[in-house]
Amino acid sequence: MKVDRRSFLGLGLGAVAGVAVSPIGMKLTDDSSIWTQNWPWTPVPVDGEVTYENSVCSLCPGSCGLSVRKIDDRPVKIEGLAEHPVNDGGACLHGIAGLQYLYDPARVKTPLKKNGDKFEEISWDDAIALVAGKLADLRKKGSPEKLACIADKEQGSVSGLFQRLLKTFGSPNFYTMPSLESYLEVTATALHGEGMTIGFDLENSDFVLSFGSGIIEGWGSPVNCFKANASRKARHAKLYQIESRLSNTAANADKWIPVKPGTEADLALGMCAVILKNNLFDGGATANFIGGFNKLAIMIQKEYAPSKTAEITGVKASDIEKIATLFAKAKMPVAVFGKGRGDGAQSLKELAAVHTLNCLVGNINKKGGAFVQLKSDYLEFPDESMDTIADAGFAKNKTGRYVNQLVEKVNESSKPVVEALFVYNANPCYSLHDSKSVKQAIGKIPFVVSFSSFLDETAKEADIVLPSHTFLERLEDVPSCAGLAKSVVGLTKPVIEPVFDTKHAGDAVILIAKALEGSIAESFEWETYDECLESVAAGIWDSLSEDGYAIISEGVPFGSVAVNVSFLADNPATVQARGDYELTLIPIDNMRLINAGIAASPFAIKTVSDKVLKGSDIVVEINPLTAKGLKDRGYATLTTPTDTARVMINLNEGMMPGVIGMVEGLGHTFDNKYVSNKGINVNDLIGPVIESGSGLDAAFGIKVKISKA
Amino acid sequence: MSEIENKTENGSTESAGECTTGDTKDDKGLGLGVIFFIVAFVGCFLSGTLLFPKLLYSKKEQPFNFDHALHVGEAGDCESCHSFREDGSFTGIPKLDTCLDCHSEEALGETDDEAVFVEEYVLEEKEVPWYVYSRQPDCVFFSHAAHTQTAGMDCVTCHGHIGESTSLKPYEENRITGYSRDIWGKNIFGIKKHSWDRMKMDDCAECHKKETGHKGYCFQCHK
Ligand code: SF4
Repeated sequence: MKVDRRSFLGLGLGAVAGVAVSPIGMKLTDDSSIWTQNWPWTPVPVDGEVTYENSVCSLCPGSCGLSVRKIDDRPVKIEGLAEHPVNDGGACLHGIAGLQYLYDPARVKTPLKKNGDKFEEISWDDAIALVAGKLADLRKKGSPEKLACIADKEQGSVSGLFQRLLKTFGSPNFYTMPSLESYLEVTATALHGEGMTIGFDLENSDFVLSFGSGIIEGWGSPVNCFKANASRKARHAKLYQIESRLSNTAANADKWIPVKPGTEADLALGMCAVILKNNLFDGGATANFIGGFNKLAIMIQKEYAPSKTAEITGVKASDIEKIATLFAKAKMPVAVFGKGRGDGAQSLKELAAVHTLNCLVGNINKKGGAFVQLKSDYLEFPDESMDTIADAGFAKNKTGRYVNQLVEKVNESSKPVVEALFVYNANPCYSLHDSKSVKQAIGKIPFVVSFSSFLDETAKEADIVLPSHTFLERLEDVPSCAGLAKSVVGLTKPVIEPVFDTKHAGDAVILIAKALEGSIAESFEWETYDECLESVAAGIWDSLSEDGYAIISEGVPFGSVAVNVSFLADNPATVQARGDYELTLIPIDNMRLINAGIAASPFAIKTVSDKVLKGSDIVVEINPLTAKGLKDRGYATLTTPTDTARVMINLNEGMMPGVIGMVEGLGHTFDNKYVSNKGINVNDLIGPVIESGSGLDAAFGIKVKISKA
Repeated sequence: MSEIENKTENGSTESAGECTTGDTKDDKGLGLGVIFFIVAFVGCFLSGTLLFPKLLYSKKEQPFNFDHALHVGEAGDCESCHSFREDGSFTGIPKLDTCLDCHSEEALGETDDEAVFVEEYVLEEKEVPWYVYSRQPDCVFFSHAAHTQTAGMDCVTCHGHIGESTSLKPYEENRITGYSRDIWGKNIFGIKKHSWDRMKMDDCAECHKKETGHKGYCFQCHK
């Protein structure tokens, strides 16, 4: 017998047949189908016990109640908390993506110290000792007022601890970033007196006259506003939107009134003139005017007659008369101010002029109107102990009235006017106008301490970073700061153990104070922030800890409020945009992005339309009439007095001719590849314009020219 | 004659020499071919049946042995440890906390396994990384409550008599899918004698058909 080709054929056939009838084929087919449906490299969420924990969102001033779904103690999903007085079950895209911040690539994982150009890790003990040592030197030199602090807001216990540290240290230099709340207070202070603030009863008003407020684009407490707007049709209420651009709010409104950017104050005064001239004002309410009423009445009849106002604002005189009349004759009208999200640059003239409309038609402290009341003061800190250095330093004048002026003073002065700076929950190197000069000012300050959770644009400039817990890792009171008709304080609760070696900023402040010893340490009697919160919020602690929130005030406030319009009666100059170019660049607020404090999450960035961001190119909106030769989706160079930028064009008839719109919230430059280096930061292009008298940065835009790239 | 025919002719001519003398060998060649066929067939079939599973599955030992019979005797029934949560979801393999309802840092018995449990897990506050024989792929949704509480099935129908076992068998992990051999079943042909021998979709469908008259819809389990 000889082995020949047939034998091999037999061998081959036998092997094939043997394998075919063996289970190999069937089993491998089954296994590979399971494998392809469950790729082993795809993370599979761990199964476990489902629990829910309630907390409060502090990503924006909205302060929505949240319900965090957890599997075996690991938070996996965030939803709006049903029956919460602010948002009743709703949440925006930033809130529901809040978990992404826990694992953000830019998170600061442990305290950092700048060495040359680089950061090196240090222990918490060393970091606190270093900060306390530097501050002690400042006190020894007798210039405690050269310690400044920039925080996101004035309200709340953590901000309270920073203010207390500065005061007991001997510095009056506590600043907050511009916010809707700060503008509400500035307006209330100018027209009604110190310590007041304003809320708007949008849920009940039957005629909302919005001066550019993005009612459905992140203004105020966003989810609360969505809900109020959603019920508008059913309530037969009207929304009139005065804005240079057909925003989502304008598109959703009953009427859109395009206005030349920066002339909203003039338009409001023009409407006041119509109301006064036609005796449409509330006679009873005018009795509350304690200053400047007659002078204002004369001034506006002269300067803001409809035809004159029409010329300034671009709104037809007949429309001005009609809208003012409709507003005055409505049962529960309310005029709302704060363009976009309400936290951008605003002029006091505009804020006050719009609010004067409310005062004239007598809707102050009436259902559906504007609620003017004392700022909610639910925290009771014990008296500080002040030594002589603290007393002397604290009595000195602040370096600037607002944060922009602080920046200006630091840059102008050859000697250091600020020697140490704390930055908490704020990113001035990104959010303030002309970010280059802000960076320059921060660079001039010899010792900068950032309490940021992320190595953001400002933290990168710091000498020490003391990383804070994110809002999901900490306990904190969160007062609603967003022009709501009711005043609610929520309690943010830790829903997860800190992911990194971070600390509560409140604890870090207490540790610094204790390390400074003497009267400063004495003023910080608490061992931990949690203990401090429970004691300073003792008055509302039961409902705060049990329900997760406490309602400080609700319903229509009682009593009338005095109004002083002397400031307006002097007809302060309307702020003009900087530069000599023909076109005006204005920032646009988009609900999917965040401009202040924190950057939008990777999830939120992914949802941004390619009419706003195309790849890494920012898209600007321009009317085809203005575009002259520029092609839709083509590239152009934008030149402002401060900078130039390459942009993509979106021809949009919803933009007023002569105006170019650029979204806010893009162009971050820190180390998060999902968020950074996408588009440009509009704040780099717009330089501040300080309003004389108020001291506010009122740069509503900047003059630009545009040419084909 | 075409070129092809030429080539064929040449080809046959070439082998003709061998073939002429090999006419009788031709049959033997076939016989050898058959033998080779049978050998290869049997060899491959046996490898596919006996060797293939050994290659496909890797054996893993559990962290330590667990005596189900002893625990059922002490604790009562399956649900004492494999319980339902308030929301109706099933806890599956108990967490350390559940064990600590009875156990503590002091061993209850004298076995080496309990010593390992106490030293490596209780004292270290670490969860025991059990291999789960019945873990289904992530794309499968299964409600224990619907089966045991609503339909009144017992645990044995799917899990067999594990509650009576005194030791844990080694866990055999499918190298391709990462899931346990118990899902496909010990028998590599997928033949089963008992309802608990396999846990594949067909087995679910078979029982559903028998009990409800319908195999069920895709989305009932694949959400
Ligand atoms: S609206 Fe503001 S507070 Fe509410 S969920 Fe969104 S980011 Fe959070």
